This record gives sequence, C-alpha cells and structure tokens, in this order.
Amino acid sequence: MDDFNSETDSDYTSYWRDWFISSRGNEYFCEIDEEYLTDRFNLTGLNTEVHHYQLALDLVTDVFDNDCSDELRDQIEKSARHLYGLVHARYIVTTRGLAKMLEKFKKADFGKCPRVMCDSQPLLPMGLSDVANQQPVKLYCARCEDLYNPKSSRHAVIDGAYFGTSFHNILFQVYPAMLPPKTRRRYEPRVFGFKVHAAAALARWQFEQSQEQKERLRALRIETGFEDEEEELEEESDEEGEEMDVGGVEGTARVAQ
Amino acid sequence: MSSSSQVESWISSYCGLLGHEYFAEVSEDFIEDDFNLTGLASQVPMYKEALEMILDVEPDDDEDDEDEDEEEEEEDELGDDPSRAYRRSSDRRHLRMASDLSVIESSAELLYGLIHQRYITSRPGIQQMAEKYELQHFGNCPRVLCRGSKVLPVGLNDSPGLETVKLFCPSCLDVYTPPNSRFQHVDGAFFGTTFGSLFFMTFTDLDIGTPRDGSSNAAAVDALMQISADAKNRGTASTQIINGVAPHNLAPGLGQGNIYEPRIYGFRVSERAKSGPRMRWLRSRPNDVGELDETRRFWEERGLEQEDEKMVDVVEKGGRKIKSARRRVQGSGEGRGSPMDVAGGATAG
Repeated sequence: MDDFNSETDSDYTSYWRDWFISSRGNEYFCEIDEEYLTDRFNLTGLNTEVHHYQLALDLVTDVFDNDCSDELRDQIEKSARHLYGLVHARYIVTTRGLAKMLEKFKKADFGKCPRVMCDSQPLLPMGLSDVANQQPVKLYCARCEDLYNPKSSRHAVIDGAYFGTSFHNILFQVYPAMLPPKTRRRYEPRVFGFKVHAAAALARWQFEQSQEQKERLRALRIETGFEDEEEELEEESDEEGEEMDVGGVEGTARVAQ
Repeated sequence: MSSSSQVESWISSYCGLLGHEYFAEVSEDFIEDDFNLTGLASQVPMYKEALEMILDVEPDDDEDDEDEDEEEEEEDELGDDPSRAYRRSSDRRHLRMASDLSVIESSAELLYGLIHQRYITSRPGIQQMAEKYELQHFGNCPRVLCRGSKVLPVGLNDSPGLETVKLFCPSCLDVYTPPNSRFQHVDGAFFGTTFGSLFFMTFTDLDIGTPRDGSSNAAAVDALMQISADAKNRGTASTQIINGVAPHNLAPGLGQGNIYEPRIYGFRVSERAKSGPRMRWLRSRPNDVGELDETRRFWEERGLEQEDEKMVDVVEKGGRKIKSARRRVQGSGEGRGSPMDVAGGATAG
C-alpha cells in the first residue's frame, strides 16, 4: 500500500533523492529509479545491514511521516544515506543504472585522470571492496588501467562499497565503444637530456613485456586496443611472409656482430 | 645590496603568492653571480629591469649609495659617459612607469623562473628543495598503489611557455597533473626536466616507498609493513646497487602486488576480452631486480659463448678477437654497476 501512496504524490516527491544527489560531495551518485527502490527483490539482504531499515527506506522513498525526536531523526537520516549507497551499488550495474552512469562519465563528472600521458581521460568511481566501511571510493582510469585517489577530500570519505568492485569493468563490457585507445607513450626521466639508466632499463624491460603481450594477442587475432596499431594489424596480416624474411636477415645480422 | 629587513623582498613575496608554493627562494648570491645567468639576457625581454626588480634594486632611489653602485655597473656595460647615462636612464624610468611596469613584472617572473630552473639543480638549491620535499610541500602521488609517496615538481620541457608544471612520482616513475588548478598557471620550465631525476640521484638514501604520515586504514599500513619487509629481504639477498639505485628504491610502487587487477564479481577480467587488461606492463617490475642489470646479463650470456668464439676468432681474424677481449675487460672492470654509479654519488656542482 505504501507504494501506491508514494505514487500518487510522486510528481513532487523525489524530494529526498533530489536533495541527496544535488548536495555537495555527492556528485558521484546517480539517481535511483523509484521502481527499483520499491521492488523488494532489489533490496534483498539489506535489512540486516542498515539500522532502522524500514524508516530509512521510507525516508528515501519520501513516504516518511513519523514524528520522532531529533536524535532518532538524525540516525534515520544517516541510515537512509547508507541504504541509498548500498542500493546504488546494485542499481548502477543494471541497464538503466549503467546508462545513467555512462552519461555522467561522458560529462567527466567523476573527474579526469591525473596521469599526464592519459590526456584527461574521464574516470569512473569504484570500490576496492564490496563490503561497506572498508575502503573509501577510488577512481579508475580506463586508459592506464590504474586507480587514483579523488583529489577532493569531500569525495575521499565516500564509501567505496557504494560503487563496488565490478561496476566500472561491467560498464566497459557493455559499452566497449567507450574504451579509450591505450597509449605506449610514457614519461622518460632524464638528466641534462640523458635518460636515467635505472629508469630506462626498467622501461626497456616493461616494453619487452608489452611486446610479448602484443604478440600473444596478435597470435589470437585479438585487437590490442592501442592507438595506431589497428591498421598495423591489417597490414601485417598481408605482409606476414615478407616479415619472416626480414626477421631472418636481422637474426643473422645479429649473430655476425 | 641586500634588501632591507623590514620590507619583504621581491623573491619571498613572489614565492609567497598563491600557486607559487612549489618555488624555492633563490639566494641572492646565486643571482648575483653572472655565470649563473649566462644566456638568459637573450631569452627575457627587458632583462636588466627584470633583474633589478628581482634583486629589489630600487631604480628611483637615486640617492641611495648602494643603488648607485649598481647603476654604475650598468653604465660600464653601456660604455657611455657616466653622468649622461645616469640621467638618461632615470628619465627612461619615469617614462616607463605606468605601462611598462606590468611588462617588467612579467619579465621578472620569467627571469626568476629560468634562474630557478638552474638554481634547484645546484647544491644549495637542491638542498632547499629536499627540505620542501620532506615537509610534503609538493603533495603525494594520486595513484592508490603508490600509497601516498611524496612527489616532486618537474617540467616536461626546458623552454618556457610550453607546458605547465607536473608532479613526478619516484615510486611509479610517472608524471601527474597537480590536483589544484592554481598550479595550472605555473610554467613547467621553471623546474626543468633535469631536477626530478637529479634529485633522487643526489639523495639516494631517501626511502621513497614509505610515506611520512601513515594513511588511516589498517590495510594499507599492513601492506606497507609487508613491502618494507620485502625490501629488507631483498636488500639482504642482493645488497648490491643495480643500475645506480638500491633495489628497494627502484620504483617501489610497481611490480607484483602493486598492479590493479580488474575483476567482475570476484573473477578476473581476461586479457583476451576486448575490455581486458592491456596496461599491466606499465606498472610491472621484475620480481628479481637483478634482471634489469643489463650489463651483467649481457656478459653472462656472452661468457658462455666466449670460449667458442675465441677459438673461431683466433683462427679467422685475430685483430677482432683482441678488440672484443679488451671490451670484455672493460665491462667486467666496471663491476655490476653502471657508469651512473659514479654520477649518482657526485652531484652537480
């Protein structure tokens, strides 16, 4: 019956969620649909995680009309935020949730990658744990595939579990077109124009690793995803025979040295 | 020569401005040494006026004895009659007052930046930057797995006007954009490409992997303990310096355990997926850092073939054989390290 009540006055009632989304520090969250919140199946198990579960849910769905003490009200408010976060983690891996987060990603609402070589690639929020109160939210860059701390301290306190460990990976599985091209460009530490030996030796070793991976993927005919390499792949499949010869010559040349 | 004690000098007021937190205060001795300014006159418009501004030499205080000395020096350079030039230069100053002051101000900023680039690679300058580094004036690496390693301001170019200042993390050997937008107006050339690496070659004892303030959560602390324990084990196992760097100080934020592994519902995303991991190499590091000692590896590999080669060489071409043998002696004479070992100890004077 509650559901029906809420629907009757739903024209102006996404009040609590509207307020929550637009309040400072909550820029990473998207709005959860009313239907999703009111479907008990989607909330399975959360009643054990959240204190004052029913009251908190009422508050989130704007059907809360209890008169209670300020103290209790504060507790319920806190629970409501926690509940919203936990449902959020589930919601953003649904089709609608993914679409909403994709829009925010395109607008770079979650910030841009601080790594210089990533050229301001938009980030996605993620958690290092799916359990609440373990780790604050981190940001994932799809270009360098690494995690960064949010630069604002008001975001650094958001629980990572409100986004979860899977969401950002699922997003790129569902929208592979959104994957940015990877780059092998990198920073080379130099002193008076000369490369620093230790860093350069490590970079050479890493480059070998990346070439090995490239060969592995080539052998399986899988796109490497690196910029300027897709055309190369097609060209090479035509010229494979020639390449063998060149490689052979190179090999003998090396022995002769 | 020194600026009056009650008034803040141009240099310290410039370094105190919002967004100029990364700058070190260049000592006046350094600026007054003409050798340190070689070539800057052609790069900076209104060079002389800018230099005067930086050193707080008041052009209008004609009565001031100290300033007179300064003026005379200038005039000698001009090669004019002293008194005439004196008058002329003060006239010129009156004329330029209104419109040129802002030009001189920006010239002074440019000149100071270029001097700064040189200063922070000098012994007193790098020392000053080390103090700022220890006090975390430059902030921490934004990368999660670097665990708050301290960073240094660097430029990606030595010419001004091309790139803004970036932050170099010694733990992942990568560069990042400063988190605060106020640094996006600071020229990277004012720090230069050399400083970041020279710093860590100068202060080889700094433990770059361990952050000063322990981060709040226990998991990170545990991970840190493990890392330092690992580093110690590694240190005892192979105490030698590799490529001029102690093994535990070579990119401690990289390698096994420091690479993000994408997972969906606990399952790792395969490399074969279109969205699978492609950039692990960027954050990887051999488990045995000895693998990076290319010189030693080269000679070890070579050593096995050496005997066969000798035989062949003796028979076929004696001259070449001697050459290769000599090269071998050189290589092993250097030991396991590289020529940079020497450079690592000696700082730029």
